[in-house]
Amino acid sequence: MVATQTHKEQIREAPIQRRDGMILNQLSQGLFALFGLIVVYILGRALFENPGLFMQQVLNGLELGFIYALIALGYTMIYGIVKLINFAHGDVFMVGSFASFYAISILDLHRWPAWIWPGMSSTLVMIIGTITIILISMFVSGLLAVVMERFAYRPLRNKPRIAALITAIGVSFFLEYFGALPFVFTNNYITYDRPFDVTVYSAGEISPVVIGVMWGLLVISLVAYFMLRTQAKSGDMKAQAWLRHPLLQFGWLFGGFFAFVLTLAGIHLESGGKVWDLSVSNVTLVIMGASILLQVLLQFVVTQTQLGKAMRAAAYDKDAARLMGINVDLVIASTFALGGGLAGAAGVLYATAFKQVYYLMGIIPGLKAFVAAVIGGIGSIPGAFLGALIMGQTEVLSAGFISTPMRDAISFSLLIIVLLVWPQGIFGEPPGEKV
Amino acid sequence: MMLQKLRKPGFYFLGISLLIYIVIQVPLSLGLLNNYWRGIIFWGAAITMVTLGLNLIYGFNGQFSLGQYGFYAIGAYASADVTYRWLHGDTSGLLVVLFGSLLSLLFYALVAAFLRRFYRVSALTQFTYYTLVTIFAFWLTVQYLVPLLGPGTLSLLQALPEAVSRQIVFFVALAGGAAMAGISSFLFGIPVLELGSDYFGIATLGFTIIIKVLLDNTDTILPFPEMKGARGMIGIPQWTTWTWVFLSFMFVVIVMRNLLHSSVGRTILAVREDERAAELVGIDVASAKILAFVVGSIFAGLAGGIRAHDLAFLHPQSFNFVQSFNPLIIVVLGGLGSMTGTILTGFLWIFLLEGFLRLYLPPGFETWRLVVYPLILLLMMLLRPEGLFGQYEVPFLRQTFPSLRKSVQAEEEPLKEVAA
Repeated sequence: MVATQTHKEQIREAPIQRRDGMILNQLSQGLFALFGLIVVYILGRALFENPGLFMQQVLNGLELGFIYALIALGYTMIYGIVKLINFAHGDVFMVGSFASFYAISILDLHRWPAWIWPGMSSTLVMIIGTITIILISMFVSGLLAVVMERFAYRPLRNKPRIAALITAIGVSFFLEYFGALPFVFTNNYITYDRPFDVTVYSAGEISPVVIGVMWGLLVISLVAYFMLRTQAKSGDMKAQAWLRHPLLQFGWLFGGFFAFVLTLAGIHLESGGKVWDLSVSNVTLVIMGASILLQVLLQFVVTQTQLGKAMRAAAYDKDAARLMGINVDLVIASTFALGGGLAGAAGVLYATAFKQVYYLMGIIPGLKAFVAAVIGGIGSIPGAFLGALIMGQTEVLSAGFISTPMRDAISFSLLIIVLLVWPQGIFGEPPGEKV
Repeated sequence: MMLQKLRKPGFYFLGISLLIYIVIQVPLSLGLLNNYWRGIIFWGAAITMVTLGLNLIYGFNGQFSLGQYGFYAIGAYASADVTYRWLHGDTSGLLVVLFGSLLSLLFYALVAAFLRRFYRVSALTQFTYYTLVTIFAFWLTVQYLVPLLGPGTLSLLQALPEAVSRQIVFFVALAGGAAMAGISSFLFGIPVLELGSDYFGIATLGFTIIIKVLLDNTDTILPFPEMKGARGMIGIPQWTTWTWVFLSFMFVVIVMRNLLHSSVGRTILAVREDERAAELVGIDVASAKILAFVVGSIFAGLAGGIRAHDLAFLHPQSFNFVQSFNPLIIVVLGGLGSMTGTILTGFLWIFLLEGFLRLYLPPGFETWRLVVYPLILLLMMLLRPEGLFGQYEVPFLRQTFPSLRKSVQAEEEPLKEVAA
C-alpha cells in the first residue's frame, strides 16, 4: 500500500531518495524459501527413516487424490462455463453416495447378474455389479445436477453473480437439511456395504505379468507419443490429431499410475532393519482405474465431440456461441450433467473407501476438491486432476508427518500460498481484464 | 449549539435509537424479558455487527469475503481469554492485548515509514515485514512488559471497586478482541487483497477454515490450555449488558456511516465501482481495500467479544465455514450496500430462524426450518436478487452530497480570508 504513491504526491512531499526494493523482496523470499526447506527437511527425514511407511502414505494419498479429482472436474467445468462457484457440488456428491447406498443395501442391485444367470462366476458378478452401481449413482447425481441447474441457476443467469452464488449456497443447505430429515437420509452416520469385497495385495500376491503389462502400456504410449510428436512437427495433420487423442493420454496415465503403484506394492525388501513391505487394496486400484477412465472419457467428450466443442465455445464467449447457433442452455445443462455424474461416481468410490455415509459428508471433500480445482487453475481439466493429486498428497503427508489435527489447516494454507505465488493456479489462464 | 449543528436526520436517528434502548432496557430491568429473548436480541446485534462489517468489505468495497466468521472467532476468543484470565487473578491477557496491539501499531508506523523509502516492494514482502514486527511486538510484551507491569496493574485494579474494575476490564477485553481481529485482518489482507474477487473469496474461506482448525487445537498446538480446544471454552463471565450491546452497536453504525460519508469512504466506493478507473484517478486502491477490510474485521471482532460474554461458552464448531455463509446471506438478502437493509435483515434473520421458528414450530418440525429457509432464500433470489431493501437507506445513513452552492461557498471562504 505504500508502494503505490502517485506522482503528484511525490512532488509535493519532501523529496525522499527512494531506492530499489528488490533487495527487500529477495530477503522475504529467502524467508519463505527457508520455511519451505523446513517442510522439505521434515518430509525428507521421514522418507529416509522409514521409506516403506512414507511410500504407503503416498499410496493412500493417491487414493484420496483420485476421488478429489473426480469432484474437482465438476467444479472446474461448471466454473469454466458459468463462472459460478457451485457450492452445492459437494452435496451432489453426497446424494450420489446415498443413491449407491440404497441401490446396494435395499435394492441389492450389485448382484443383479446373479439373479439372471445364477451360474455366473462371482468375480464377474462383482465387476458387473460394481459398474452398475457406479452408473446408477452417476445417473442420479447427473440428473440432480441438471434439475438444480434448470430450476435454480438458469433463471438467474442474467442476474448479478452474487444471486447465483447465494442460490448455490441455498441449494447446498437444502440438500443437506432435506437429507437430514428422518424419512430421507436421517442425520446419523450409516454403515455402507461395499459393492465388492476388499482384498489387500502385498508383495508376492501381485503377479509380475500384470506389472509388466502396465510398464509395457506406459512405454508403448510414451514411445507412440514421441513418434507422433516428431511426425507432427514435420507437419503431419493426422499425427497432430492423434497426439491430442485421449486414447494416448489414457495409455500413459493408466499405465504410469498402475505401474507405479503395483511396482511399489509388489517389491519386498529387507535391509538393515528397514522393511519395505507395502500393500495396496483393490479399493485403491478401483478408485484409480475408474477415476483415470472417467477423466479420459471427459477429455474425449471435451476435445473430440461436437458437444465438447460447443462447451469450449460457450465457456469462451456465451453470446458469440449463441450467435453461431449453439444452444447454450443445452450445453450448460450437459456440463452440469457431466459434472454431476463424475461427482456421483466419486460418491460411490468415497463411500467404498471409508465405509460410511452421512448427510454432511459432502462438505469437506467438496471443499477440498474445490481447492484442488483452484490450485490446478480453475477452468482447466488437467489442472483439476493435477491439483487433486497434490491435494491428496498434502493431506496425507501432513497428517502423517507434520501434524495430524492440523491437516485441514495445512491444506488450506497450501491454497493461500499457491494463490499468492501463482494466482491463476498451475494450468489456469490469466484473466483478460476488460477495461 | 450542538443541537443546531446536528442536522434533522441525525436528530431523529439518535432519538429513535435512544427510544429503542429504553424500550428494551425497561423490560430487562423489570425482568419481563426472559433470558432466551435477551440472548436472541444480543445475538441479533452481534450478527448484525458482523454483517455490517461484511457490508463494508463486500457491499461498499466490492471484495467478496467469506472470512468474516474467522475474525468474529478471533475477537470472541481473544476477549474471552482476557476476562477469563482476569477472573483467575491474572492480568497478562489484559496487558498483552493492550500493549501488544499498541506496540504493533507503533512498529507498523515505523515499518511503513521504512518501506516508503523503497519502490517495487511487493505485497508479499510487506506482509513478511509487518508479520515479523507483529511477532516481535507481542514477544516483547509477553517477555518483558507483562512481568514488569502485571503485579502493579493487578493491585491498581483491585484497589478500585469491583463494579468499576469489571467495566474497565470488559472494555479492554472488547477493544482487545477487536484489535486482535484488526491486526490479523491487516496482516492477512496485505497479500491476499491483491487477488481478484473470486480468488479473494476462496482465500478468505481458507482463512476461516484455518482459524477453525486452530481453535480446535488451542490446548494442544497453541499455548492456550484455558480455551480447551475442541471441547469448548467455559468459565467466561456473562458480562454483556444491553448497555454494552447498544453502545458497541451504535459505535459500529456511526463509525461506518461517518467513514462512508468521508472522502476516504468515497475512495472505498470508487474502488468497488471500477478498480482500474479508481487507480487512474490517483486513488491508492490497495490501501482503500485494506482500510475497508480492517475496519470490517474490527467490527466482527467487537461483535465476537459481545457474543462471547453473553453466551459464556465458546465452541469452535460455531465458527466453522458453513456458519460463515450467514453474514453473506444476510447482506445479500438485505441489499448489498445498504446499511439499513443489513441492520433490519440481521435482526429479522436471527429473530425468525433462532427465535420464533425454534420456539413456535410444532414439536418434531424444528428441523424443517432449515429445509424451508433455503427455499425462501431461492425464492428471494429469483424474485428480488437486489435484496429486500436494494440500496435504500434511512435519511441519517444516506449519503448526502453537499449541494453545489454549499461546496462553492466552502471553496470561496478561504479566498475571502486571504483577501481580507
